[in-house]
Amino acid sequence: MAELLVLGIESTAHTFSCSVVRKGRKGEILSNVNSVYRPEKGGIHPREAARHHTAVAPEVLKECLDAARVGIGELDAIAYSAGPGLGPCLRVGAVVARALAYRYGKPLVPVNHAIGHIELGRLLTGAKDPVVLLVSGGHTAIACFGSRRWRVFGETLDLTIGQLLDQFGRAAGFPSPSGPLIESLAKRSDRFIDLPYVVKGNDVSFSGLLTAAKKLLSKEPLEDVCYSLQEVAFSMLTEVTERALAFSEKGELMVVGGVAANERLRSMLEFVAEEQGAELKVVPKAYSGDCGAQIAWTGALEFEAGISVPVDEAFVRQDWRFDRVEVCWSS
Amino acid sequence: MLELVRLVKKGAEASVYFASWFGEPAIAKVRFPKAYRHEKLDRRIRVSRTSSEAKFIREAREAGVPTPLIYFVDLKNTAIVMQYVDGPRLKDVLSPDTVGLCREVGRLLARLHAHGIVHNDPTTSNFILHKGRLVMVDFGLSIHSERLEDRAVDLHLLKEALAGGHSDIAPKAFSEALSGYSEVLGEGAKASVVRRVADIERRGRYA
Ligand SMILES: Nc1ncnc2c1ncn2[C@@H]1O[C@H](COP(=O)(O)OP(=O)(O)O)[C@@H](O)[C@H]1O
Ligand SMILES: [Mg+2]
Repeated sequence: MAELLVLGIESTAHTFSCSVVRKGRKGEILSNVNSVYRPEKGGIHPREAARHHTAVAPEVLKECLDAARVGIGELDAIAYSAGPGLGPCLRVGAVVARALAYRYGKPLVPVNHAIGHIELGRLLTGAKDPVVLLVSGGHTAIACFGSRRWRVFGETLDLTIGQLLDQFGRAAGFPSPSGPLIESLAKRSDRFIDLPYVVKGNDVSFSGLLTAAKKLLSKEPLEDVCYSLQEVAFSMLTEVTERALAFSEKGELMVVGGVAANERLRSMLEFVAEEQGAELKVVPKAYSGDCGAQIAWTGALEFEAGISVPVDEAFVRQDWRFDRVEVCWSS
Repeated sequence: MLELVRLVKKGAEASVYFASWFGEPAIAKVRFPKAYRHEKLDRRIRVSRTSSEAKFIREAREAGVPTPLIYFVDLKNTAIVMQYVDGPRLKDVLSPDTVGLCREVGRLLARLHAHGIVHNDPTTSNFILHKGRLVMVDFGLSIHSERLEDRAVDLHLLKEALAGGHSDIAPKAFSEALSGYSEVLGEGAKASVVRRVADIERRGRYA
């Protein structure tokens, strides 16, 4: 198969990003340009995020193509994140992708955002058949591949880990996303305060933990609350991950999504990977958060397998679960 | 006196030993420390799971759900010694021919729910087929609750376990379980719990 050049457009939540990848026998990220919407106060407002995306789209696209030294005419396909995500944000990415596809007569490839995290993780870590821990603002799930689909082994019953950290951070007056600040404050403490730890089967629940941690804010030193929150939340994830490793007997554990950047989570996972005889593979920090490269790369895999949609059938699906996607490409 | 004979299963959470308790065949379930979590948290989790497992195994039996007899609880070493239940796990015998066993699974869950207990880990490895009857184990995550949400999570977990371990017969197996559930708790209770299960599955992660 000849080399492919694919543009990917990511716009599911707070990040608008474009990337060009080249797929020959191997994959190569030629460029990846992110613009993150950061609300001054409070959480993400979908419509304001969408306004941000619309405003920055032309510039991000141009910068991405320039950095890759690729003209739109040279592209083989245009991929966009079709879901899951925030409706207004998703529509911005889809509109840009459709317009380019129509104007330049390029095939259009819809990509599931979560599958994007997983496929990019595999490209960058070299994982072949891992247990995947996907930890981000949009997802908290543990999955293994089997019979053409990603099978969810366990997931959150309410909040995602990213929502837990951000909503806690908002209550503490932190800027969003709050994960990095919580992590750095937690490093200054080792005083553990009891907080609700809720595992049900292979699923986790964070809502009780969030409520209790917010209540502690007015009573205990901030570092100690951050530390305890991280300890409890990450222990829950680690416990369920260990169960998935023991059950599936797979030899690799791959961690993807924005929260993969957290060092404390990583060190906990190192313990269970070792205990269960699996190799820990963590997506590099630069690509752990939402980015165009995850869409471009997965789009290239899909396009090579013959997937594309006509411009007038390009869809977005806010609640597109990644375990519903039939994986008919090989990577 | 307790004598550990051999390791039966080294699980992610606990190790299960075949043992002998004053000459009776027994099972010793021991929760060992986990080095990845804070010592205080680790201790708290192991102690609370050990003590609630023993408590709920007893309560479940009072609710009419067969469970092993508890011989001894050692909170210091977070270990439980209980009656050995001879037989295969439901996981190892469930097939298109035996899918009817899932009706009993539904009945047992309903009996727990009727008595205000939610199991919280009803997988097919946690039922042992003993002399034609299902015996339920692994109550470490169980809670007292009468909330619809918690009951629905129980059924959602069963559904997940069936889909994960028995994908060929999962829909049939789950509908058998629901029939058993409604035999005990009635059609109305079944219908509302089924609706909530659908809710849980649909829950938009961005909502
Ligand atoms: N009382 C018992 N008699 C016989 N086998 C048992 C008994 N309790 C547990 N087992 C076996 O050990 C396995 C693991 O025990 P379980 O309590 O489910 O622990 P885990 O939390 O590791 O799943 C069960 O699936 C079952 O096969
Ligand atoms: Mg078990």
